Amino acid sequence: MPDGRFGRELLGTYAVWWRELKVFQREKSRVVSSVASPLMWLFLFGGGVGSAISLGGGSYQSFIYPGVLVMAVLFSSVFFGLYIVWDRKLDVLKAVLVAPVSRVSIFFGKVLGGCTDVMIQAMLLSCFAALFPGVNLWMIPVALGILFITSIAMVSLGLAIGSMFESLEGFQVVSTFLVFPLFFLSGALYPVGDNLPGWLQVLVRLNPLTYSVDGVRGALLGLNSFPIIADIGAVALFGVLMILLGSWLFSRMK
Amino acid sequence: MPAGSGRAGMAIIETRRLTKTFGRIQAVRGIDLDIEKGEIFGLLGPNGAGKTTTIGMLCTIVRPTSGTALIDGHDVGREPGEVRRSVGIVFQDPTLDTVLTGRENLALHAMLYGVPSGLRRKRMDELLELVDLKDRADDITRTYSGGMRRRLELARGLLHRPAVLFLDEPTLGLDPQTRARTWEYIRRMARNEKTTVVLTTHYMEEAEQVCDRVGIIDHGRIIALDTPERLKQQLGGYMVVLRAKDPPLGTIRALPYVSEVKESDGTLEIAVKEAHLHLPDLLSKVPNVECVETRVPTLNDVFIKLTGRDIREQDPGEDLGGWVESVARYRQRGK
Repeated sequence: MPDGRFGRELLGTYAVWWRELKVFQREKSRVVSSVASPLMWLFLFGGGVGSAISLGGGSYQSFIYPGVLVMAVLFSSVFFGLYIVWDRKLDVLKAVLVAPVSRVSIFFGKVLGGCTDVMIQAMLLSCFAALFPGVNLWMIPVALGILFITSIAMVSLGLAIGSMFESLEGFQVVSTFLVFPLFFLSGALYPVGDNLPGWLQVLVRLNPLTYSVDGVRGALLGLNSFPIIADIGAVALFGVLMILLGSWLFSRMK
Repeated sequence: MPAGSGRAGMAIIETRRLTKTFGRIQAVRGIDLDIEKGEIFGLLGPNGAGKTTTIGMLCTIVRPTSGTALIDGHDVGREPGEVRRSVGIVFQDPTLDTVLTGRENLALHAMLYGVPSGLRRKRMDELLELVDLKDRADDITRTYSGGMRRRLELARGLLHRPAVLFLDEPTLGLDPQTRARTWEYIRRMARNEKTTVVLTTHYMEEAEQVCDRVGIIDHGRIIALDTPERLKQQLGGYMVVLRAKDPPLGTIRALPYVSEVKESDGTLEIAVKEAHLHLPDLLSKVPNVECVETRVPTLNDVFIKLTGRDIREQDPGEDLGGWVESVARYRQRGK
């Protein structure tokens, strides 16, 4: 019965997703802290820098608002994915992995669970949009759409890396050499025009997150360097690649 | 549940030359095993004997290097999905999701094992009742004691009505009272659910009370396979435990009614046929006896006879404290 098999796999994905929602419900303090840090970037960092400079004819805080949304999605997504290292250490995953459900279905359950967490956080942050002059509130759903695709890609990346690690010591390395460079090179905090030095320009353009920031900034402020449709295409392509990589590594995980 | 495919006999598990090597280490060396439907089968042996690897292969977690294994007619290599649906597993280390409640843990697994939604609730209630966790079902499992966690894991393993339930060291890390109760639950569940149970343990005394048949495994090979009673009968009737200065080992070994002698630190464990008949004669052959006691043989004595080693020698943390079982002192391991 191919039908029955598909149904079982779908139920497996749902089960893993359901589990992540329960965990999220119980760990509310995590939500608070995950929203607090982007707010500090907006008000403590943005407020300070914004008192000295303005960008794109608006305030600096408005300019970095889309960037900070992407940053929040980046950090929460990657670290959610990496968290499976911990799950494996506690053997929570062991009983799930011996169930008659394919690894790919379990992987998708995890991705959906992570995206749900992250999108709740993104929606909370989008409530602050009205505080920043120039943000087009009608475009928030488009921005959230781009953030959702970004989240799928980044949770998959986190799971891919998490599948390869045996211990938590790799967290610091991933944070320093992957997450922070992705963030700094995304144009979240500065415009990615021709003003950038050549080497930085190259790195910024290679960074998939650049297109995510550009898309969200285009939607909310109309300050995009590339067509929004191209931004969405680039992020979606990256997402597909990360899903393939993640589900492959997850299937090979011991 | 898939029924057996009508092969001769009632074997629900059949392995032929089942082998696993990790690099140069031969963990399991060609095991042939037939486990009957409905029996409680114990795989006994010291740590590192190959028990967990064998179970791992039967659950499709470990891929056999060579040989075959059929579970309820399904080959572990070719039909892993079918095998996984036919078995329940309780791992040696606890694998409960401690963020979830007891009921949520069961619900998660009911979904993962594709238990139809209409049956889920009924099945969960039944099993929670069976392991006496109904009152605590909606508490987060982090607050459970070790014994309660084990019971919930037993219930979880049986949710999807598996043909075979595998239990890897189900009482490891529990205190003695909890261990005894856990065995009671295992027996009760096997009876109520009519499930075949395959378990590993290195608590020989406990295994002989629970298991219908045992296989003794050492260095990756099955070295004995029978009911606990018959295995013990092979040793003869009784064990004489005595302490003496310079015991004449050769003389004792030569006695016609002595089947086995083991000596450690001046304490002799001697298997004899009839204690009341042979004890006086035995004592007359040994000068300077300090103390003496007789007891019936245990599976551990069988293990010593077969391997020349005590099953507990390799695991001092689990050792018995005294030199006779009556003064045995268990050490609690873990929390």
